[in-house]
Amino acid sequence: MNVIAETTIEADPKVPVIRMVRDFAATPEQLFRAHTDPVLYAQWIGPDSMATRIEHWDARTGGSWRFVSERGGVQFAFHGCFHEIRPDRIVQTFTFEGDPDGVALETLRFEDLGGGRTRLHTQSLVDSFEGRDAWLASGMEVGVNEGYARLDGMLSDGTV
Amino acid sequence: MAADTLSRVFSALADPTRRDMVARLAEGDTTVNRLAEPYRMTLQAVYKHLRVLEDAGLVSRPPGPQPRSVHLEEEVFDLMDKWIERYRRQAEERYRRLDAVLAAMNETDDQKGRAT
Repeated sequence: MNVIAETTIEADPKVPVIRMVRDFAATPEQLFRAHTDPVLYAQWIGPDSMATRIEHWDARTGGSWRFVSERGGVQFAFHGCFHEIRPDRIVQTFTFEGDPDGVALETLRFEDLGGGRTRLHTQSLVDSFEGRDAWLASGMEVGVNEGYARLDGMLSDGTV
Repeated sequence: MAADTLSRVFSALADPTRRDMVARLAEGDTTVNRLAEPYRMTLQAVYKHLRVLEDAGLVSRPPGPQPRSVHLEEEVFDLMDKWIERYRRQAEERYRRLDAVLAAMNETDDQKGRAT
């Protein structure tokens, strides 16, 4: 089986969906924990330039979550519900509070590749193409501001 | 490219006939009549689809001798690819942080495994 070492992305032209696939050197159980344990989650979800603070976290089917990322005194808050939590699958909603009417439905699937490797499939469904484009646009903004300095650092010092 | 432009591109491509038109135009410029040939629809309907593609900036009909040719504006696709690529890179960056978290978990889990 091919190794998907770098994130692949697909923006469906028919439905406002973004799909991504990425392989990890971890078991499905570890990947599940990194997505449901708030201490672990806060370590990787936000951009490097932001400090992420989990305000509320109830990673159970029917539970909810909220976290705040901060950069230079500016706060970006996000919240949503855990629609379903299973060892191999997480379904949750995701809203950026700066755009409170916008909500994405995210489906994460952990595919066991064996040998301590797991393939993560994510799908984000938003309510309109406009919504998806705003999503992509926000990605662009952060991506540009962020730079890749820390990533380069992690690559060179062997963290990655 | 502004967000509303990208939206127009995505909605223009949400239709299977228009996607097929774009695919055929990728092979080269053609006339409206030739473009319309495979479709079971009136020429008027074909013009309607073309108008949507034109409004999205995906195709143009440069002035010239009649019949005017239909031209695919491929650079619009390049811009779209750039947006999606930036989003992808941002996700990749996030997943590299996740790699680091998982690597640290591996170490902790190994230590626990040895301890028991």
